[in-house]
Amino acid sequence: MRVPLSWISEFTELPKGSKPEQLMADLVKIGLEEEQEHFFEVTGPVVVGKVVEFVDEPQSNGKTIRWCQVDVGESEHRGIVCGASNFSEGDKVVVTLPGSVLPGNFAIAARSTYGHTSDGMIASVKELGLGDDHEGILVLSTLGLDPEIGEDALKLLGLDDSAAEINVTPDRGYCFSIRGVAREYSHATSTKFTDPAEIDSVSGSGFDLRVEDTSPIRGEAGCGRFELVELSGIDASAPTPAWMMSRLKLAGMRSISLVVDVTNYVMLETGQPTHAYDLDLVTGGITVRRAAKGEKLKTLDGQVRELHEEDLLITDESGPIGIAGVMGGNSTEVSDNTTRVMIEAANFDPVSIARSARRHKLPSEASKRFERGVDPLVADKAIAKIAKLLAEYGSAEITGFGASYFPEPAEMKIELPVGFASQLVGVDYSPELQKQILEQIGCVVSGGETMLVNPPSWRPDLRHKTDLVEEIARIDGYHKISSRLPVAPPGSGLTQNQQLRRKLADFLAANGMVETLNYPFLSSEENQLFGERRAVRLENPIQEDFPEMRTSLIPGLMQAAARNVSRGLVSGNLYELGNVFWAVSDSNSTASFPDTASRPQQEQLDALNSHIPNQPEMLAGLSFGDRQPMLPGESSQPIDFKMAIDQVSSALRVLSLSPNLVNAENPGLHPGRSADVLVQGEKVGFVGELHPDIASEYHLPRVSLFELNLKMLLEMVEPVTASAVYTFPAATQDLSLVVDDSLEAETLRQTLVEGAGELLESIRTIDVYQGQGIPEGKKSLTFSMIYRAQDRTLTQEEASESRDTAVALATSKHGAELRGV
Amino acid sequence: MSEINPDKIAQLIAEAEGLLNSAEDIEQLKSLRSQIIGDDSELTKLNASIKDLPNDQKAEAGKLVGQAKGKISSRYAEVEAKLAAEFKNQQLKKESVDMSAYANLTQQGARHPLTLMMEQVSDAFVGMGWEIAEGPELESEWFNFDALNFDQDHPARAMQDTFFVSPLDAKLVLRTHTSPVQVRSMLERDIPIYVLCPGRVFRTDELDSTHTPVFHQVEGLAIDKGLTMADLKGTLEHFARKMFGEEAEIRLRPSYFPFTEPSAELDVWHPQAKGGPRWVEWGGCGMVNPNVLRASGIDPEEYSGFAFGMGIERTLMFRNGVLDMRDMVEGDMRFARQFGVRV
Repeated sequence: MRVPLSWISEFTELPKGSKPEQLMADLVKIGLEEEQEHFFEVTGPVVVGKVVEFVDEPQSNGKTIRWCQVDVGESEHRGIVCGASNFSEGDKVVVTLPGSVLPGNFAIAARSTYGHTSDGMIASVKELGLGDDHEGILVLSTLGLDPEIGEDALKLLGLDDSAAEINVTPDRGYCFSIRGVAREYSHATSTKFTDPAEIDSVSGSGFDLRVEDTSPIRGEAGCGRFELVELSGIDASAPTPAWMMSRLKLAGMRSISLVVDVTNYVMLETGQPTHAYDLDLVTGGITVRRAAKGEKLKTLDGQVRELHEEDLLITDESGPIGIAGVMGGNSTEVSDNTTRVMIEAANFDPVSIARSARRHKLPSEASKRFERGVDPLVADKAIAKIAKLLAEYGSAEITGFGASYFPEPAEMKIELPVGFASQLVGVDYSPELQKQILEQIGCVVSGGETMLVNPPSWRPDLRHKTDLVEEIARIDGYHKISSRLPVAPPGSGLTQNQQLRRKLADFLAANGMVETLNYPFLSSEENQLFGERRAVRLENPIQEDFPEMRTSLIPGLMQAAARNVSRGLVSGNLYELGNVFWAVSDSNSTASFPDTASRPQQEQLDALNSHIPNQPEMLAGLSFGDRQPMLPGESSQPIDFKMAIDQVSSALRVLSLSPNLVNAENPGLHPGRSADVLVQGEKVGFVGELHPDIASEYHLPRVSLFELNLKMLLEMVEPVTASAVYTFPAATQDLSLVVDDSLEAETLRQTLVEGAGELLESIRTIDVYQGQGIPEGKKSLTFSMIYRAQDRTLTQEEASESRDTAVALATSKHGAELRGV
Repeated sequence: MSEINPDKIAQLIAEAEGLLNSAEDIEQLKSLRSQIIGDDSELTKLNASIKDLPNDQKAEAGKLVGQAKGKISSRYAEVEAKLAAEFKNQQLKKESVDMSAYANLTQQGARHPLTLMMEQVSDAFVGMGWEIAEGPELESEWFNFDALNFDQDHPARAMQDTFFVSPLDAKLVLRTHTSPVQVRSMLERDIPIYVLCPGRVFRTDELDSTHTPVFHQVEGLAIDKGLTMADLKGTLEHFARKMFGEEAEIRLRPSYFPFTEPSAELDVWHPQAKGGPRWVEWGGCGMVNPNVLRASGIDPEEYSGFAFGMGIERTLMFRNGVLDMRDMVEGDMRFARQFGVRV
């Protein structure tokens, strides 16, 4: 809401010379947040001048300019070149003298043009920033003005005014009016407030009006008040007064015509949206009702709109002539030829208006106010104000013809125990202070230990006692609230999962990986790269190309890697710890919501949760470029699958888990360099190299990657049970076995573990060899084994014996042959 | 006069000393060992000749030779140790490198400052006995709006530019704030409740230098008997000082949120702000709206509560001098590496 300072000063007292900044600083204290200041960007000597005489001078470029002698109240006339021709000798105009600056930082100076020295400029409405009209210069008589020559034109036209823009929160609909903001200002500064609605009301009778609502929304009747008053003999083509134009302009509205401007002006002042119908174009009486199926209406913006049965309509005998509270119809629009207008000021159900505005995508100034609630008592006052202004500027007369529908609204009484506010805020508010504040904001207060509070008609947001507490606290001032640190009961600290997640993240960072937080929005193509999980789709994605929620963390990491590579960071390790989104079967079905008046039943909560897609937490890593950079005396080592394997096993070690890798093709991965990661026999993820085709599509070099289901892993974590650390000497043996090429090293290793028995402390695969000495289709696998006994120094014979049994098992299971070492 | 007399012995010792001194390195010393103290040495020969001496001279000669042998042996050991040390030093010297020419073998890793800051905030509250609560990012509208007193037709519901999931009938959204976690906490936990909910949230803003559709929030919720706005203020003050130093102050301004009443905007006095100390808009807060308590089965006549929330991106920007939102979302390694593992 933009508040011109001259306007709000009519109803409250601003200190002399106030600036918007000060107004905003005062308003923020009571909860109206500042947005920005608005000025007419015109400064300097801008005065009223009279065109004494002029000569038309045709130019070689085909234009005709006027060389004018203009009296600006100085001893001599000024010579000014003017390109317009919509004025006559004797007309009073606005002259911007050298030294003045117009909007767009357009500085006026005496300048040579068309063979003359033009000593200033005769301005148009547009040049002054007052409106859009650029059809010639502004002749002041067209605005009904006859000022003194030499008078300050900025002041005359209201161009010296400025406005403060404030942000109005959704609960404070009444602050979408000068009336509401002036009232709040008076609360903030303890200055006086004159209610613009304190005027004699105007109403009419005799016109055929029917208000009906066969299907109220959520039990509320669509229309709570409907006032119609005829104004006749109107000169609709009369100009809008300059002061009104400038206020409207500062308030952010365009001047359109006298009737429209006056209704807008009164809406801004009182908060009451109104509508003017050309009464001669209305057929018969008016009925307010819900739309029937298939009805259509051409609205003021020229669009034909299909109406919905929930739309509340204003209709005459010809059919719909307006969507209530949202936009009027085209057929009864006021024009310059209109002489009889019917002014409508009504009160509509906020929900009904909100739904219509949303449905037709018509968030109008009117709907914005109705959605938040309009003072039901201000309708007749707004009409009175419109009648007064149109009488003054458009010669309109009140005929007494019209209609009124205003059933008594239900009275609202809120019980407020006197101690309640202090209990909630922690400030000791005396009953007297509470009463005083509540009365100050317009409440009627009665009762004793429990106050009975009747909120003012313009505050539909005050419904519960806590709403009143906020009023008391904010008017008294939040700065009066003291500080006290509450003591929470002993907590149990971070949960195990929270701790492990941190340890993992820190460990990976210490291990050379950079944590990234990638957007979870992907294209469906990207989502299918690494699996075929059913994705969740967004109704309104930021980018149409990325409408799905990620089912894997890898594509996000690839994008981040590509970004780094494109910026010259050609090597790196990235990881992300985050959720993916897997649709569940219920995600598509219609959800029914429990009431919020009390705690839902467990079954209702379960039903809500069953709709929510699976969102397991994943850990993924991606490495590209060099594992080790080039160093003096050493060449660089490019990244391959080994990097990811190391990352996976190191990460799992943080959780005291160990993986088994099983060669397996995974979508999106290099078919020969891909493995499933198994922990405790379950697949928890994959590891390998990115498929070279995908890598090149993303302009990436060889990429190693892994993705682990962290949710599963965290569930596998068990408390650590220590076993003794045995200190007797160990015996080390290396062992090479020749096996079929197809046998996985890990399988053979497991067999050796099984066969070696309990003396085997550890075994690692240290070499895979194919070539000379190894038959075609075979390979040699070498293992390094450490044997240790718990209770004695192991002899070489014992170690060999254990090794032999291991080999024997490998031979019987896999046909392994011992290779000479 | 026997051959074995003190003069002869002294001469032999001197000769041995000469040989010892002539050794330039440990190898040479080893090659001379036999001459100095071993089988080829004069002393060994003398020793062998003792058996031919008259019996009365044997003891004296034996003593002389023995002493000389001991002396030379220990001198040998001394020289050997010295030469060995020299040898080792030369070996080490040969291995010397220009240490300044080498850098990391591995890439530099780093945490993301946003997650680090969420951890820092969590720690501040865990230190006061609060617990950290979590919930889904893709939520039911019931938790994100309805249970938080956002009426389906109230303009407040449109205040937060929401990502909706297809089909709309399923009434699922990307959570617009971490407040649904508060609802879940109230439904699942026993009172008193003191929880902090850090997490990722979503609004349909285009990415630019000050906006991002995906960002992070931290929200706090306390439900107990007798909690007032003074408790809210005290908690925020403590928190502000943990984040911005002991001189930090906070200030509340009236505002509106559907889930709190009274509601307030929160400003923090940032003593270390770039360009001098100043008030900075930090977040929103208020006393939990009774409608919210009721929806979670908490009796507002018996309990009261407060809640607050702030953006992590924004906090990182004004506290740590991050100038562009895009740095926080693009995954450029250089950005996170500035922070390493602390923020």
